[in-house]
Amino acid sequence: MGHSAERDEADTNRRVEMTSGNLAFAEAMRQINPDVVAAYPITPSTEIPMRFAEYVANGDVDTRYVAVESEHSAITACVGASVAGGRVMTASSANGVALMHEIFPIAASFRAPIVFGLVNRSLGAPVNIHCDHSDSMPERDSGWVQIYCEDAQEVYDTVMLSVRLAEHPDVLTPVFVCQDGFITSHCYEPVEFLQDESVRQFVGTREPRYPLLDVDNPVSYGSFTMSEHYFEIKRNQIEGLNNVSRVYRELSDEYVALSGREYPMIDRYMTDDADYVVVIMSSATGVVKDVVDDLRREGVRAGCLRVRMYRPFPSGEVREALSGKKCVAVLDRSASPGGVAPLAAEIKSALYMSPDRVPVFDYIFGLGGRDFFPDDARRVFQDLMDMRYEDGARYIGLLEEDD
Amino acid sequence: MVDTMNGTIEVRWHGRGGQGAKSASAVLAEVLFGEGKYVQSFPEYGAERQGAPIRAYNRVSNRPIRRRCGVQNPDIVVVVDPTMVESANPSEGCADDAIYLVNTPEDAGSLRRRLGLADSARVLAVDATRITIEELGQNRPNAPILGALSRVFSDVPAETFADHFTKKMKSLSPKALEANRRAILRGREEATLA
Repeated sequence: MGHSAERDEADTNRRVEMTSGNLAFAEAMRQINPDVVAAYPITPSTEIPMRFAEYVANGDVDTRYVAVESEHSAITACVGASVAGGRVMTASSANGVALMHEIFPIAASFRAPIVFGLVNRSLGAPVNIHCDHSDSMPERDSGWVQIYCEDAQEVYDTVMLSVRLAEHPDVLTPVFVCQDGFITSHCYEPVEFLQDESVRQFVGTREPRYPLLDVDNPVSYGSFTMSEHYFEIKRNQIEGLNNVSRVYRELSDEYVALSGREYPMIDRYMTDDADYVVVIMSSATGVVKDVVDDLRREGVRAGCLRVRMYRPFPSGEVREALSGKKCVAVLDRSASPGGVAPLAAEIKSALYMSPDRVPVFDYIFGLGGRDFFPDDARRVFQDLMDMRYEDGARYIGLLEEDD
Repeated sequence: MVDTMNGTIEVRWHGRGGQGAKSASAVLAEVLFGEGKYVQSFPEYGAERQGAPIRAYNRVSNRPIRRRCGVQNPDIVVVVDPTMVESANPSEGCADDAIYLVNTPEDAGSLRRRLGLADSARVLAVDATRITIEELGQNRPNAPILGALSRVFSDVPAETFADHFTKKMKSLSPKALEANRRAILRGREEATLA
């Protein structure tokens, strides 16, 4: 991920500003200028609709902004606008996302290419405003693409890629652009923006295939289908997800040429020759990478694999990156109570067909915003080096009885 | 006083909700970003009420900053509210040679004795509350604190902080802007070091 500071000062496309994950998302929305935004603000994603509503009020965009009375209505309005043929965006978090749950599979089944800023926050109860992935993970089977970003720059760039990905005729699937609540959404840091004109050219305008408002070619959405066709419609939807990796690669190449920044579906850091690899997602990755550098200086062949695209899950790439390792730790920022946590389950599943059996250690960390420090990452690597395998997940940074 | 050539400098701010520690941390990040550094500024979000103790953080580096956890071992500690010198435990997690910048009427020497710091620690004391009451007629200690911080980031002149502040606060009246500029420069001049 090439960073701006190394780039040519004379580059006229260069606009680096201090901003946050939320405000970078809102700036991307301003530049994309969607047709409709319907939102019901909730912490920590509040700033996205708040800032965007300012753009609307000031006439910086010509978006129709729909203020609604609940998250359920917000996503419902988005689905209506999207099948009507509009380019549609929204944002939410935590229990707001949970309230939308009923509508997510409908959006996916209607092939409504909505781009959604999901700012990860723990699900109540107890009420907690801080980050974990317990809001987005329950939506993993809803038929949406899920991309998890590490920092504000990646949030911005991912919004651009997601508009094209969602609307691509071979994909036609809504996308969640996930970022960690507060840690990313409220951290103030430099982000390099594209020029408005470059964005306009990159995202183009939506060309809907079957818009509801095309009265010359009438179509019906939300109709009744019994067992004779439901299965086929679901199969079609699954094919849309299956096409994501090919289309994403094409878009990524195009975006690198424009921005100089590249985001593969998995981010491999020193994994090629690594003996021990920690697999993680989102903002906690930087701590692991810093510890990998420390361990490398000490002669330990450590590596870090960040899963950026969770749906569709890039199993082939993961298998290729992790096969032959001595052992692997998977760190989940959400639990699946009574089962294997979402990331660990995918990694184990991906590795099942690898020729050698790679031991996978599972960990749960960071629930409700519990911080994740370099010492925590180091202890995980130490478990790997000592081959201290345990059945079931271990907890990182959990207070025990004597704390 | 500090050197970002060898790694990342970490700053921890102690203030009270509504005092502007979060904004001061953001302004510091913007100024150092303007000087070509990589920066982060992030508050610790808790219950958001006026007067409650809050912490905010900065990281500053010549290289991209990857870690995004809270700051555990700050190189610089800024105490925005004089009543927090004891209650906030400003030296928590600090190395012996940490730098402390405190808003206090006390002089730096007696403050360092009171905090029980190691000989290698450096203490900057500035009566930011008094300066802003005199210049702005209000207790808004950020401007002199930022001025005093320009002595910590010694390669950044106080004028840069003042210019940035003026640009950022352009909605203020020219009179208020000029008062803030004086408060920043006075913060730099009047801070005592021990």
